[in-house]
Amino acid sequence: MFEIPDDRKYLESHEWTTTDGDTVKIGISDFAQDELGDVVFVELPDEGDEITAGDEFGVVESIKAVSDLYAPVSGTVVAVNEDLFDAPELVNEDPYGDGWMLELEPSSSDEFDDLLSPEEYREQTE
Amino acid sequence: MNFDQARFSRDDHYEPLLSEKDSTTVEVDADGVLPDDLTRDELTLPGLSEPQLARHYTRLSQMNYSVELGPYPLGSCTMKYNPSFTEDVAADPNAAVHPDRSDRTIQGTLGLLHGLQEQLAEIGGMDAVTLQPPAGAAGEFTGILIAKAYHEARGDDRSEIIIPASAHGTNFASAALAGYDVVELPSDEDGRVDIEALDAAISEETAALMLTNPNTLGLFERDILEISEMVHDAGGLLYYDGANFNALLGRARPGDMGFDIMHYNVHKTFATPHGGGGPGAGPVGVVDELADYLPSPMVRETAAGYELFEPESSIGKVHGFGGNWLVLVKAYAYIARLGDSGLSDASAKAVLNANYLASQLDLEVPYGPFHHEFAATSGDRDAADVAKRMLDYGVHPPTTKWPELVSQAMLTEPTEVEDKASLDDLAHAFNAAYADSDEALETAPTKTSARRIDQVSAARNPRLSWQALGDDE
Repeated sequence: MFEIPDDRKYLESHEWTTTDGDTVKIGISDFAQDELGDVVFVELPDEGDEITAGDEFGVVESIKAVSDLYAPVSGTVVAVNEDLFDAPELVNEDPYGDGWMLELEPSSSDEFDDLLSPEEYREQTE
Repeated sequence: MNFDQARFSRDDHYEPLLSEKDSTTVEVDADGVLPDDLTRDELTLPGLSEPQLARHYTRLSQMNYSVELGPYPLGSCTMKYNPSFTEDVAADPNAAVHPDRSDRTIQGTLGLLHGLQEQLAEIGGMDAVTLQPPAGAAGEFTGILIAKAYHEARGDDRSEIIIPASAHGTNFASAALAGYDVVELPSDEDGRVDIEALDAAISEETAALMLTNPNTLGLFERDILEISEMVHDAGGLLYYDGANFNALLGRARPGDMGFDIMHYNVHKTFATPHGGGGPGAGPVGVVDELADYLPSPMVRETAAGYELFEPESSIGKVHGFGGNWLVLVKAYAYIARLGDSGLSDASAKAVLNANYLASQLDLEVPYGPFHHEFAATSGDRDAADVAKRMLDYGVHPPTTKWPELVSQAMLTEPTEVEDKASLDDLAHAFNAAYADSDEALETAPTKTSARRIDQVSAARNPRLSWQALGDDE
């Protein structure tokens, strides 16, 4: 059974985003990190970059696979989790906490409605 | 077969590097014509005797595995044994000719290159061949540049290249490097090109379709004539990736199937050494209509002998002179020694061997009928673990987890060089590893000189140079 916290929303491609406040955080789910196996490399955009909902914003590489990361919502990157560059294992150890990837200033609040609720995402992973 | 690989180690470290065995600093006479900032006063070198040196390299060779020790069935790599007579031919002093001489004084060299151009054209059903590209992937890139030059010369600006999802990764890279957008084509349920999807993908933006035939599952694209017509009707070109040409050698020709451009992997099909970084060769053949765009120089035969020339609308040079000469000499020698009957015998045995081996496996092979290679699946067992366990049975394992169309794929290509006993050894290794306990699989290999590699640490903390050996974790 994979952890799927109730305080955020999800994409079919297994990214999560928080939904409250002026900025939101983005990462990948517990299910995703388990499927990938040991993460060895994470490539993220720079602070100030604009990203668009549904587009690729980065790459996560494990010993099994290289996968694109997709943006749940559009916005401006205000912070990048630089700890992941030296310690990519944080994505495996704490995908919803220390393994976060981006902090984003969303450009609109409408896009959150299109995302999967925790229940919908849970159904998808079962 | 029982197998235990030699393993020279001390305090859990393998045979030390030469620099770890001895490090002696000597003063050097720096007086000379070079400026001071380019010279050193002393030099640190391993101060070893000849027997110490000989033992070092012999030990390393015994801790290695090669096709000279046993089967090496890496699917899509065609790791056939390279007969040593080709090395003798390449080592002949007459083969050591500097290329920058007048045509008149290197008639033998040019004659051999011309002969190889003709042989490859005949074998592939092409009209003209360049020997210049230095590798298979470089050949692909050259071929796509030729396609681009052809379209541009007609004032026909096209932006897309269509590639099946199951293709070799180099196809996507070659197309992208040449400035094209890649349109990925799904496979149909039989593992072949999905004709409906192809029909939907083709447009007036289609510059070319790149295909491997047989494809990466070893399956022959039966609809190739229909595919060819569809691409040509839309004004596109058909590109043949020669990586699997070993299956068709002397029996079917890409030119006859409607392909306009192809590259030859001489290290796969014609037994020149597999790179290890090079030098290699990836000749490219084209139909008449594209011959003017080939790289320069080409060799042609005239009444006065052989001469180099530049094709009229040449895309330019993709490597120095005529290409990697000694590799081409070996390919020529191999083709000349085997002849027509030998080449078609090679493809027959490559296909027979793959089919015999598959018939002996307990693993399922979901797609067929296949030619020279097949993708078995290890089902609910991890293909990489089964492969590592196979090492303990004294064989090299197949390519794993690719193509992705087959889950837990073990892409296997025994090649024509294995005899029945060796194929039986391979089958035993497959079946025994597949049936082993989880614990045996997770701790394998145990009989090789290098044991289970910690891939996670290797990927997270790569040491990419000997200079990083002393670095802390």
